[in-house]
Amino acid sequence: MIIAEQKPIAEIAGFIENCDRVLLVGCAGCVSICLTGGEKETGILAAALRIKRRLEGRPLKTATCTVTRQCEPEYIESLVDKVKDADAVISLACGVGSQYLAGRYPDKHIVTAMNTRFAGGFNVHGFWEEYCGLCGDCVLSLTGGICPIIRCAKSILNGPCGGSQDGKCEISRDVHCAWQLIHDRLAALGRLDTLKNVLPPKDWSQSRDGGPRKMSREDVMAESKLNAAD
Amino acid sequence: MSSISTGVHIIREGVEPVIQMTCRDRNRIAIQSDLLGAYGLGMRNILCLTGDHQIFGNHPTSRNVFDVDSIQLVNLIRRMKDKKLFFSGEPIKNHAPEFFVGAVANPFADPFEYRVDRLEKKIDAGAEFIQTQSIFDMERFARFMELCVERGLHERAFILAGVTPLRSWRAARYLQTGVPGMIVPNDIVQRLKEAESPLEEGLVICIEQIKYIQEHIKGVSGFHIVAISWPEAVPVIVRRARLRDS
Repeated sequence: MIIAEQKPIAEIAGFIENCDRVLLVGCAGCVSICLTGGEKETGILAAALRIKRRLEGRPLKTATCTVTRQCEPEYIESLVDKVKDADAVISLACGVGSQYLAGRYPDKHIVTAMNTRFAGGFNVHGFWEEYCGLCGDCVLSLTGGICPIIRCAKSILNGPCGGSQDGKCEISRDVHCAWQLIHDRLAALGRLDTLKNVLPPKDWSQSRDGGPRKMSREDVMAESKLNAAD
Repeated sequence: MSSISTGVHIIREGVEPVIQMTCRDRNRIAIQSDLLGAYGLGMRNILCLTGDHQIFGNHPTSRNVFDVDSIQLVNLIRRMKDKKLFFSGEPIKNHAPEFFVGAVANPFADPFEYRVDRLEKKIDAGAEFIQTQSIFDMERFARFMELCVERGLHERAFILAGVTPLRSWRAARYLQTGVPGMIVPNDIVQRLKEAESPLEEGLVICIEQIKYIQEHIKGVSGFHIVAISWPEAVPVIVRRARLRDS
């Protein structure tokens, strides 16, 4: 899932300095699961902003709602009436959801309350880790199911580098060396031989380097065209 | 200062440089462009490194590149020489650079048992000479070299042992605790701490290490004196350890 965390209250408040009435829109998707932008967090952020403004002698009116997924047009359509009354809309979704709101309501000041961090998950409650670099050309089948693109600080394909010590990465004692993990996993599977092959330079054009990415399913597009024609 | 620019100064002094290229700061386009330039300026020896993460040093907020890794880079440069191909795979019509290609090996990083495999991988990729991380733990280096000799790696590439003269016990402690992938035994820190003249003791230890490697460890073709912030030490060590005939 997408992991995102809230920006500091002062930064968010700064974006709505001149507003008297704001709508806060949470998302029940990833950010709800990572406890930063769901219904509960949306209510808390609204209260914090109201308190801050009351202390400053400029009370703020807030309305809140949480949609199933901000990254799908159909779920944000229903916000029309609420958006109309607000001076600004604060999105607690990831960067995707926030952009969908901005796209649907182009004449409204959309404030993004979140820093979208990474694609990952948790193993321990309250602790999230990055797992996928979204590189568009997956090597997991060659690396024991552990991603060197994002879990290695240098994204190297023929590790571990000379900075790996005691299973830790050179950048921090708190970071596992992904290549030590890959080595140990392949050793346990009896497949260490895999590491003898030099993996060639990666085709980064499938990654962000190739520009904004798109994916299409022609069958689905054709079906949707037919439905529209009906 | 850029390694290639430094190489120009070194050539002007009549010395043959080994320039270094890391994968941290340049993509394959910039690396190839700089290497063609370096070759045109007369540089022939290239050491390929993945490069330390930018968190070390004074630009921790910069972006890194890591388009290719050190093993891929070794292979791309060897391919220029052997198959006359640019990094892109397009043919080089004439004057293909023929670099003498080197790589590094760190016997003190983990997992130890994989370090020789990875060195072999670098040699398979085309490395012709190898510079090791600075050696302080002789026992571990000896074990590493035994495995290299068993596989005949010392006959497929020139392995240069890295030695570093230490100026003080604080420098030793820093390498021991502050630099990942380094092992500095306590007795070296202790010797420098107790020495009347730490500078002289640093030189003595380094010369002892060179002698020990020459006498006890098979498969080493030469030395790389890594005189961190102490370049004046190099000629002294070369002379006192008799690394040159003249």
